[in-house]
Amino acid sequence: MLKKTMQKTYHWLDERFKITPLVEFMSHKQVPVHKHSLWYYMGGVALFLFVIQVVSGILLLLYYQPGIDSAFESVQFITTKVSFGWLFRSVHSWSANLMVFFVFVHMFSTFFTRTYKKPRELTWVTGSVLLLLSLFFGFSGYLLPWNELAFFATKVGTDIAGAIPFIGEPIKLLLRGGEGVTGATLSRFYAFHVALIPAAFTILLFLHLLFVQRQGMHEPEFFQKLPENKKRMMPFFPNFVLRDALLWLLVLNVILYLAVFFPWEIGVKADAFAPAPQGIKPEWFFMFMFQALKLLPAHIFLMEGEVFGILFFAIAGTVWFTVPFWSVFIKENLRLKLMKLFGIIVIAFILILTIWGYLD
Amino acid sequence: MAINRRSFLNAILGSGFVGWLGSIFYPVFSFLVPPKMPEANVQSVNAGLINDIPLNSSQILKFGRTPVLLVRAQSGEFKALAATCTHLDCTVQYREDRQDIWCACHNGIYSLAGRNLAGPPPKPLSQYVVNIVDKEVVVSKPKQIG
Amino acid sequence: MRKSALIFFCITLALLFVTTAAQSQEKTEFGADDQCIVCHLEIDFLPADFSNADIHLQKGLSCAGCHGGDVMSDDVEIAKRAEAKFTGIPTKKDIAGMCGKCHSDISFMRKYQPRISVDQARQYKQSVHGQKLAQGDTKVADCSSCHTAHSILSATDARSTIYSLNVPKTCTKCHGDQAYMADYNIPTTQYDEYVESVHGKALLEKQDVGAPACNDCHGNHGAMPPGIVSISHVCGACHVNNQDFFSKSKMANEFADADLHACEECHGVHDIKNTFDDMVGTGETSTCTECHGEGETGYQVAQQIRSHLGDLVAVYDSASILLKNVEHVGMDVLDMSYAVKDAKQSLTQARTLVHTFDSELVQTKTEEGKTSARHALHLGNAEMEELRFRRFGFGVATFFMTIVLAALYFKIKDIEKE
Repeated sequence: MLKKTMQKTYHWLDERFKITPLVEFMSHKQVPVHKHSLWYYMGGVALFLFVIQVVSGILLLLYYQPGIDSAFESVQFITTKVSFGWLFRSVHSWSANLMVFFVFVHMFSTFFTRTYKKPRELTWVTGSVLLLLSLFFGFSGYLLPWNELAFFATKVGTDIAGAIPFIGEPIKLLLRGGEGVTGATLSRFYAFHVALIPAAFTILLFLHLLFVQRQGMHEPEFFQKLPENKKRMMPFFPNFVLRDALLWLLVLNVILYLAVFFPWEIGVKADAFAPAPQGIKPEWFFMFMFQALKLLPAHIFLMEGEVFGILFFAIAGTVWFTVPFWSVFIKENLRLKLMKLFGIIVIAFILILTIWGYLD
Repeated sequence: MAINRRSFLNAILGSGFVGWLGSIFYPVFSFLVPPKMPEANVQSVNAGLINDIPLNSSQILKFGRTPVLLVRAQSGEFKALAATCTHLDCTVQYREDRQDIWCACHNGIYSLAGRNLAGPPPKPLSQYVVNIVDKEVVVSKPKQIG
Repeated sequence: MRKSALIFFCITLALLFVTTAAQSQEKTEFGADDQCIVCHLEIDFLPADFSNADIHLQKGLSCAGCHGGDVMSDDVEIAKRAEAKFTGIPTKKDIAGMCGKCHSDISFMRKYQPRISVDQARQYKQSVHGQKLAQGDTKVADCSSCHTAHSILSATDARSTIYSLNVPKTCTKCHGDQAYMADYNIPTTQYDEYVESVHGKALLEKQDVGAPACNDCHGNHGAMPPGIVSISHVCGACHVNNQDFFSKSKMANEFADADLHACEECHGVHDIKNTFDDMVGTGETSTCTECHGEGETGYQVAQQIRSHLGDLVAVYDSASILLKNVEHVGMDVLDMSYAVKDAKQSLTQARTLVHTFDSELVQTKTEEGKTSARHALHLGNAEMEELRFRRFGFGVATFFMTIVLAALYFKIKDIEKE
């Protein structure tokens, strides 16, 4: 009976929108099966986590009240008085962190498998922008509960942004909505977090997914060299989708476990006039940058250490995000080794500095 | 046998999926229903019907974590004041015989308008707004200026 | 004819000049062209405590107002002649009278402050300082000892020697000087004791001007040590309930008969420290056992009161700890915190009721407190139960999810067999 209804619906839509060619195309989509196939799932996990963020975020939006007199209280209200409020809040916070983590994993796995190569350059670029948007999502969302840690983390973060030469001060002013971190900052971050970034993210995500669907899954070099009959493939529908579902269900369970056993703290309400608490730390995905800036000496090559650090990261970021365009200029025989080394150095840099930041 | 096993699996999967959906939707719908106290920042509290409050009496109302003293004076007029003494945070009380507000900890005395008259309290008690809406006494936070 | 008219005219002018000058001298005591100060500034010979902020100077009363003399004249001889009523530096005995000339006259003082008191000099005469001075003792305090002579400031001015935070230092200038006070039969340790006491810490460290300084208990101008009867009244000015309970208790009469100093007996006087529950009872630090021995009624009552307090404290403490735990795990503490607050209020009241020395009254209050604390515990435990329930709920959800996961897994395996 279910099948009949589905067929009828399909026919109704096909008459009007000619969806058969599309369905045909999708039903023939294949996914290569090889020793690195596991990494194919990472993007999907990131997507799933994004969906969780949207759903839990919209729910929280129903009760959250921005404003320095109500933000903290409304989050407290959600976690104590609203039915399952504690659950959705902790899910939202944990899923946010996991999403950034999986975006990084997805990015590095596509890097090491050289997925960014032609014809997939724009997939890499849109992905890079999505990474930046995810970080900005995290940064803006972090302030919304208006607690002490968030307040000072935002202060320090926007101070660092302000250290960029020439454009730094205007950027800081635009971010903060004023000189210091105030209710105006909260309003802006709220607008960024629930309107601006979701809009931009959705557009870019749509493009990113469109490119992936249009071009199909990338085959790593060693796989490409195999004869056709030796290439093991699995159909996207239903095999890969079911496996995706399995993994997503597992991830959901992990998030629920974290939300129940390690609920997210409410903290202490922000007080602009209180002194900064000991050991303010940014969120973990900014830690490596933060620690690097801390370690730089006061002056390097006639410019302030901080400025040098920011420029370094700006340039490093640009280099990383334009990888598809300049890696072609490296000699064929060196390319594989060099890019691998480059990737390992980047990961090591991030890992070591993050750990160092927490030990400090 | 294979068919039976498949339909068994499908049945489990199907029902599992439905159960899973239910376990998502139940908390979501529960969440959507507003709790009894619908707002985070308590802006106003209902103190009861005007006829139920005797003259020359007082009660404590809870504005979130802040206690507020509602007094009905002998004249019938209502006064609402923050109930936390401005000296060392004890809870003040209304004295029916003297018709003033008193802090038992160190003998601080306030007038019904909240003015600190005698004893250690350095500041007056902040005033709350009292309105009568449909014979119901409603106490609310004063409007913030600026 | 013309010559004589001219001379006559000049003499008349001169006479007029002199008389008007003489008249104006009486009125220019509060004038702006103060020659005393001008001259003394020039020669850099001002009193050691001279200050521009001095309240008399600010209001226009300068040197001549107290010391007499001719304020308009810049000639020392003329300015300080006897006819100008120059009195020079007053002797100690003269000071109260000199200040009192204005400060005891309401028709004069009301010009400056309609509600000001004008009985300071009269009070002073009745005080220990005043009485001793009348007997010829020149070591005692006079007006200027506390107020200073030339840098007098209002009591609400934080720089003033009589601003409440500065009063202890002002009194101790003499009263803390062992050598100076050697002739008198009073201790000089009051300041050191006071600084360590509850009142001293409240006033000097926490800057709580509601806390008593020396004058709040001893009086200002009529300073006397409080008599035995008045000690509990003095303490009772702020600690109303304690005095009320004590005076209605059996102990009040016993204390009076035995010439005991009421509050001071158990709490000390300048060295009053924070009270603690073991001050009651029969332990080592108990004040009760200083008089009551084992077997006496008082001993038993002390034990009973102590155990009632202890019971309430035990429940209250567990409720407070639970409150912290509940808050730490992120559960709702709103109602619980009210219950704990109520329990604390009952505990404070129970401790005040100790002064009735009636263990039944104390017990009624501690029972009340225990009810509130138990209610708080009940609420807190409900929250922790809810926390456990959530974890259990998660377990159930995981169980079902595992089934679905297993089914999915087998489904995949099934599909891929083909």
